[in-house]
Amino acid sequence: MAEKVSGATEQFDFEKQKRKDEMKQQVITFVLMIVFTIVAFAMIEAELDRLFVIPVLLVLAAIQVGFQVYYFMHMSHKGHELPAVMFYGGVFTAFLTILALTVLVWW
Amino acid sequence: MSEQDILNPKHMPHDPEKATLEGKNKFMGFWFFLGGETVLFASLFGTYLALNDSTNGGSSSEELFGLELVFIMTMLLLTSSLTSVYAMYHMKNHAFKKMQIWLGITVALGLGFLGCEIYEFYHYIHGEHFTMRSSAFGSAFYTLVGFHGGHVVFGLLWIIALMIRNARRGLNLYNAPKFYLASLYWHFIDVVWVFIFTVVYLMGVL
Repeated sequence: MAEKVSGATEQFDFEKQKRKDEMKQQVITFVLMIVFTIVAFAMIEAELDRLFVIPVLLVLAAIQVGFQVYYFMHMSHKGHELPAVMFYGGVFTAFLTILALTVLVWW
Repeated sequence: MSEQDILNPKHMPHDPEKATLEGKNKFMGFWFFLGGETVLFASLFGTYLALNDSTNGGSSSEELFGLELVFIMTMLLLTSSLTSVYAMYHMKNHAFKKMQIWLGITVALGLGFLGCEIYEFYHYIHGEHFTMRSSAFGSAFYTLVGFHGGHVVFGLLWIIALMIRNARRGLNLYNAPKFYLASLYWHFIDVVWVFIFTVVYLMGVL
C-alpha cells in the first residue's frame, strides 16, 4: 500500500512538472499574441496600402485564434478529436455563411 | 462507495474535469455548443460586412472609431484569457485557493473590458448620435459588438456564480468540469473579440 501511495505521488510530481513546463509555453504564446496585436495596430497607424494590410491583418487574426484554440483551450492535447471535428465544422459553416452574405451584396 | 468518496478521492486524477462520465459528456457537449456559436457569430459578421457601407448619410466607421480605447480593451481581454489559463493550471494542481484568485483577476479584467465597452457605446449614442436606428451600419454594428458584450456579461456572471457557490466546498470531481467549461467559454469570447477588433475596428478605420 505504502509503495502504491509513493508511486502515485511520484506520478503526480511528474505531471506537475509537465504542467509547469506547459505553463511556460502558454506564457510565450501569450507574449506572441500581444506582439501580433501590436503589429496589427501599428500597421493601421503606419497607413500602409489597403490591399497589403487587409490580408496581413486577417492572417494575424487567424494565427492568434489558432494559438488561443490550440494552446489556451488545450486542443493540442489528446482526446480532442471530436471537439476538433465539431469546431472545424463550425468554422467551415462560418466561412460559407460569411462568403454567402458578402457575395450577395457585392453582386 | 458513496458519492462523496467518488467525488473527493484521496488522489485527484490527472484531468479532474474529465474524470467522471458527466465531466466527459459536458466537455464534449460544450465543444459542440462552441461550434454552433461560431456559426452564430459568423452570421453576425457576414451581416456587418455586407452592411457596413450603408450609413444612411450618418457617421461612417472611419469617423466614429478611435483605436486607443479598442487597444486597451484588446489588452484587457487578452490578459484575462491568460489569467484563466493560470486558473485552470492551478485547478489541475488541485490548488483551489490559487485557482479562485486567478479567476478573480480574470473577472476584474473582464469587468474593465465591459466598462470600456459601455463607455464606448455611451459616447457613440450621446456624443455622436450614432444609434441602432441610425442606419443599417448602426444596426449591424450594435448587434455584432453588443452580442459579444452580452457574452462577456454572461461569462462574468457564470464565473462569479461558480466562485461563490463553490467557495467553501473546495475543488472536487463534481465542480471541476464546471470551472473548466467556464474557462473554455471565456477563451471563446476572446477568440470572437480577435475578429471583432480586426474586422470591425482595424479594417473599419482603414
